[in-house]
Amino acid sequence: MVKFIKRFYTSLIFLFLYAPILVLIIFSFNSSKSRGSWDGFTLNWYVEMFQDRQIMSALYVTLGIAVLSSIIATIIGTAAAIGIYNMNRFNKGIIMNLTYLPVLNADIVTGISLMLLLIFLKIPLGFTSLLLAHITFNIPYVILSVLPKLRQLNKHLYEAALDLGASPLYALRKIIIPEIKPGIITGLLLAFTLSIDDFVISFFTTGSGVANLSITIYSMARRGINPKINALSTIMFLSVLTLLIIVNKRMDNTEEGDN
Amino acid sequence: MEDQIINLVNISKSYGGSEALKNMNLYIRKNEFLTLLGPSGCGKTTTLRIIGGFETPNSGRVLFEGKDITDVPPHKRRVNTVFQKYALFPHMNVAENIAFGLKIKGIADSDIKEKVKKVLELVNLAGYEKRSVNSLSGGQQQRIAIARAIVNEPEVLLLDEPLGALDLKLRKDMQFELKKIQQHLGITFIYVTHDQEEALTMSDTIVVMKDGLIQQIGTPEDIYNEPKNSFVADFIGESNIVKGKYIEDFKVAFADNIFDCVDTGFGVGEEVDIVIRPEDIKLVDIAEGMLKGKVTSVTFKGVHYEMIIHSMGIDWMVHSTSMEQVDSPVGIKISPDDIHIMKRVI
Repeated sequence: MVKFIKRFYTSLIFLFLYAPILVLIIFSFNSSKSRGSWDGFTLNWYVEMFQDRQIMSALYVTLGIAVLSSIIATIIGTAAAIGIYNMNRFNKGIIMNLTYLPVLNADIVTGISLMLLLIFLKIPLGFTSLLLAHITFNIPYVILSVLPKLRQLNKHLYEAALDLGASPLYALRKIIIPEIKPGIITGLLLAFTLSIDDFVISFFTTGSGVANLSITIYSMARRGINPKINALSTIMFLSVLTLLIIVNKRMDNTEEGDN
Repeated sequence: MEDQIINLVNISKSYGGSEALKNMNLYIRKNEFLTLLGPSGCGKTTTLRIIGGFETPNSGRVLFEGKDITDVPPHKRRVNTVFQKYALFPHMNVAENIAFGLKIKGIADSDIKEKVKKVLELVNLAGYEKRSVNSLSGGQQQRIAIARAIVNEPEVLLLDEPLGALDLKLRKDMQFELKKIQQHLGITFIYVTHDQEEALTMSDTIVVMKDGLIQQIGTPEDIYNEPKNSFVADFIGESNIVKGKYIEDFKVAFADNIFDCVDTGFGVGEEVDIVIRPEDIKLVDIAEGMLKGKVTSVTFKGVHYEMIIHSMGIDWMVHSTSMEQVDSPVGIKISPDDIHIMKRVI
């Protein structure tokens, strides 16, 4: 009996969590425009979505921002992680707390403060400002995925490379980077996912004419729900889900590699 | 001066207020096997890291063949290091690990292959080129770490407790092999260990250290037979250390008796430490003993028995190949040249 209640409760929770997404996915294949009734299966909304210029331009913005911001954030974040790793304990503590703060901070606060900063610096709101914002909020996630790999390193590896005649830069390139590569790639994927996923920060830091997918969906939804949005949301959900599964798998593997 | 390869001149180093090395002076001769020996925290590893270039001394100079290299970074020094936990590069195979230094020097690929093959033969791992380093046992990894260092033909090889992680049998084999490699290559080895037996077995010169200070420098025989103070005596092999009083030349008092000895030059009435090796104490019939005592414990140690004899309020450790019964009364006999008198360390 207890077992049954446990199972029932678990299913109820998952139902609440996933029912909305399930409904969304089902209705993206509904041939009727109304949300109330099921009129038969169609892929029309997907076709229409890909023909919609507004959606397509938003897709390019999203992918462009995601690719650029994740790559730049990975480079900066990796360098930062190596720097933090080599700090003394006191400085490390301070910097790590400063790193955690943006991760825990509410998106709305990050978004508004970034917007104010951009305006203060007289950077016009548009693609560049959006890119800068995404790089900024992605860096901590990269640092947090690279640092554990650094901690696993034998601390004498770098010295061993120097000892064998490698310059500090050569040792970094040939020994340290290959050793922490799994962490760097995980950080890159995570940054890419978060960039695709973000709405709140993007909303405050972009300008007129530049919109990513989430902003486009938001503005379309205000004019009434078009089934194209369902199709678009389904695709976004599935791509983010895939990326997250990959990231999780990678993190599991690194932890196993420890033992 | 001629055959000195490394000179440490007035080296001091401290970490956040605690002094690791105090005004250290040491020279290392070409082709010698020198061991820095001491308990953990004595400054031996710091000394090695200063020679390797991984630490900069707070004051003092490091000379290499007479030239000041104190500020030369590690990758430009003509020394190589074997690290405590091997520090092999996990993403490279055995051959790539060994070739790492050679590639940087720009040596041709065919020569590298030849050198790798030769050095693997030297460390008894011929044919291991393609193996992943993670698939090797601790002892094999240790040999690869040694091969990776010596393939660069350094003039000085630094070894930081390289055998610490191996089991006893393997450690003995490796001690022998290391000594053989050193003699074969004719390069200077600077070896750090806390294992006195390892130091005695392999070294030409032993430097005993404690709290950042050199206690004694000498050959293994010197260090064992003529320890300079009771710390060295206690650290190198086992010793009975008792308090005594110097009576006059060739006479010393301890355990409520006056003994003949071979030492001179201490002050009359001076408080001294008496050091006697357990194997130098002879157990005789109680009537013939200089001291009379009773056996309180007997432990079998393989080659010998270790016995504790209680006499005159002191527990004497005695090593002997013949065994006495527990609780049996025995006499203790010590010959004058086995009584080592040392300044009392306060």
